[in-house]
Amino acid sequence: MDLDALILARLQFAFTIGFHIIFPAFTIGLASFLAVLEGLWLITKQARFRNLYLFWVKIFALSFGMGVVSGVVMSYEFGANWSEFSAATGSVIGPLLAYEVLTAFFLEASFLGIMLFGWKRVGPGLHFFSTCMVALGTLVSAFWILAANSWMQTPQGFAIAADGTMVATDFAQVIFNPSLPSRLVHMVLAAYLTTAMVVGGASAFAMLKKRATAESGTALRMAVLMVAVTAPLQILAGHESGVVAHEYQPAKVAALEGWWTTGPQPTILFAWPDEAQGRNHLEIGIPGAGSWVNVGDATAELEGLDAFAPEERPPVFITFWAFRIMVAMGLVMLAIGWSGAVLWLTKRLDGASLYHRAVMWAAPSGFIAVLAGWVTAEVGRQPWVVHGVMRTADAVSPVAAGAVAASLLAFLIVYAIVFTAGAIYILRLMAKGPATEETPPESDQPPGTPLPAALREA
Amino acid sequence: MFGGELPLIWAILIATAVFLYVALDGFDLGVGILFPFAKDPRQRDQMQQAIAPVWDGNETWLVLGGGGLFAAFPKAYAVIMPALYLPIILMLLALIFRGVAFEFRHHGRNSGKKFWTAAFAGGSIGAAVAQGLVLGGFIQGIKVEDGRFAGGPLDWLTPFSLMVAAALVAGYALLGAAWLVFKTQGELFDASARWIKQLAVLVALAMGAVSLATLGVDPRVTARWGVSMTTVDWAAFLPLAILPIGAVGLCFIIWRGVWEKQHLLAYLCAVGLFLIGYIGLAVSLWPYIVPFAMTPADAAAADNALSLMLWGTVPMLPIILGYTAYVYWIFRAKVTEDGAYH
Repeated sequence: MDLDALILARLQFAFTIGFHIIFPAFTIGLASFLAVLEGLWLITKQARFRNLYLFWVKIFALSFGMGVVSGVVMSYEFGANWSEFSAATGSVIGPLLAYEVLTAFFLEASFLGIMLFGWKRVGPGLHFFSTCMVALGTLVSAFWILAANSWMQTPQGFAIAADGTMVATDFAQVIFNPSLPSRLVHMVLAAYLTTAMVVGGASAFAMLKKRATAESGTALRMAVLMVAVTAPLQILAGHESGVVAHEYQPAKVAALEGWWTTGPQPTILFAWPDEAQGRNHLEIGIPGAGSWVNVGDATAELEGLDAFAPEERPPVFITFWAFRIMVAMGLVMLAIGWSGAVLWLTKRLDGASLYHRAVMWAAPSGFIAVLAGWVTAEVGRQPWVVHGVMRTADAVSPVAAGAVAASLLAFLIVYAIVFTAGAIYILRLMAKGPATEETPPESDQPPGTPLPAALREA
Repeated sequence: MFGGELPLIWAILIATAVFLYVALDGFDLGVGILFPFAKDPRQRDQMQQAIAPVWDGNETWLVLGGGGLFAAFPKAYAVIMPALYLPIILMLLALIFRGVAFEFRHHGRNSGKKFWTAAFAGGSIGAAVAQGLVLGGFIQGIKVEDGRFAGGPLDWLTPFSLMVAAALVAGYALLGAAWLVFKTQGELFDASARWIKQLAVLVALAMGAVSLATLGVDPRVTARWGVSMTTVDWAAFLPLAILPIGAVGLCFIIWRGVWEKQHLLAYLCAVGLFLIGYIGLAVSLWPYIVPFAMTPADAAAADNALSLMLWGTVPMLPIILGYTAYVYWIFRAKVTEDGAYH
């Protein structure tokens, strides 16, 4: 396989999965949020929870649709672009993906129909049950996909068969591989944070525009509570994930920390990694802090990139900066969460327009953190597709570079059209904000149907 | 347990999933194919609402088909996907357009709404064409060397695959029209009934043409059916003759207006037609999972992987079918003419 086809296939995969992950990251959290809202409405009978549910379910419908269609792409792209990987690992991680379809996708897709179109058709209890099933489906799906991806980071429980393919020797070890627990927690918390930041940002926007309703105030408080509690937990989960990575993928950690030489390691705040010269420019760091964070001893000698041959190292610049962007976003969210909690406790949250502005501008921070985090994890795993076992260069399909280039171009154009339109529709809904009398669907029309059918054009 | 039977069991399970996909997503793709023939926006709204609550579940069978093939037959998956690379990508892109159009049509304003209306029709037609090209490229055989795809990027593009694509578009449109007869009333019902009559004739011709052409793709297929250009081996053909006779019979009763007794019957007959085509295909290609290069046993995942998945599938499949049926039952009512359900 020539180099061009490999680079094109990698670009295409990064592009399509990068776009895809935005939607699950949002809908995992949003589905749980909707389940909480509907539950609160059923228990308290307060209309604001119902109004919030009916408002956010419109945004959920749009986002979930985009997540589904960009996700179908993934289940075919493994074979289309990475057939050598598929043939080699099918017996090990194939069953994990099959279980994802069987236990999560059908659950989500079927109960989504009732959730979106069954408001008047089923009782409130069954409708709530459907929302819960959709939320459960998103979490079960996250479990299986994180299990498969974590196995690629920290593979175990397999052997190489006579024909060169991998076979599982112990599926419990494959599924519950060392990096699964910390990475699963890290991803689910990331999804909850992402959603809370969007909900908070949209509510803050409504309050700034003086279109605030009781609903916006309630949603902002729910978001602040979620972020204030989850952001610190996320920092701990991220730390734990880093400790596991340090044990199993030391080259990745050396790259994301920007450590070139083995020794007591600093925590680098800023640097310009230079891969050609094998050192950092303009480095500002805290000596010993890196060793202390990773193993609890500031003088501990930790491996730098010099411990690995150049062809065994991940791309340092991307990994280093993606990690820093993720951490920076995490700190932004922590600041938003805790300052919001202080304002709330001192009863100043409703009038704090400067804070509202900050929350609004910070709304995409969860998305940025999720993307940067996945870039850190996946680029940091290079040059391996299955860490230490199979190289990315050996995983690619025997497809001509021209075909991959054509498909990459088509994906770029289609995604630009579809996801720009989707973003516009979602932002339009958010700009309108939840109404005090959010009307339930008169019929079983899709949520978001703006006018009675007879009045619509086109 | 199950031992050497596992690849065969899984071949049957994957084939079942693909058939369920065709029978279910076939009707909602078909409704999209018929979108340009609707009289006005109100009819288009009714058409979309006849499928909106269930399309996502229907499309999940496609994910099971792809994911299941990866998991159960990784070596076949690793050959088929690169071989049919461009039509697979076309299918995925087309499905994106039509999938988002369900929601986007209601959010777009004037030009936006027109665009997503066209995207829904275009995406449905594109997905059906792409699936036809995939099927055609698959039937005519894939060049495999040393367990890898060894052909060119346009191997799938032949007059045969184009013919299969046209036939599949007609077939999905028939399923769609039959579904609309089941789910709608008034003017749209009458229009759908007319479409069915025309499509029944078209599908009969298309199936006949594809069947005859399939006989020519490989000598093994010709021998299996006992039918060639010049001779008929009656001993081989007679037991199989029930398939073409059944297909002609079903087309005839669909054309005669089978829905007049019960509105669901046209759809069931159309599914029966697809089933006959599917069985015919299985007869032609048996025992290959990659024609004419790999059998299920050649392409199968390790036994422990197949067995682990079977232990999950045995309880999960009835549960999935159960709640899928339940969702269909909840939305069993006909769409009203103002676009809402009763």
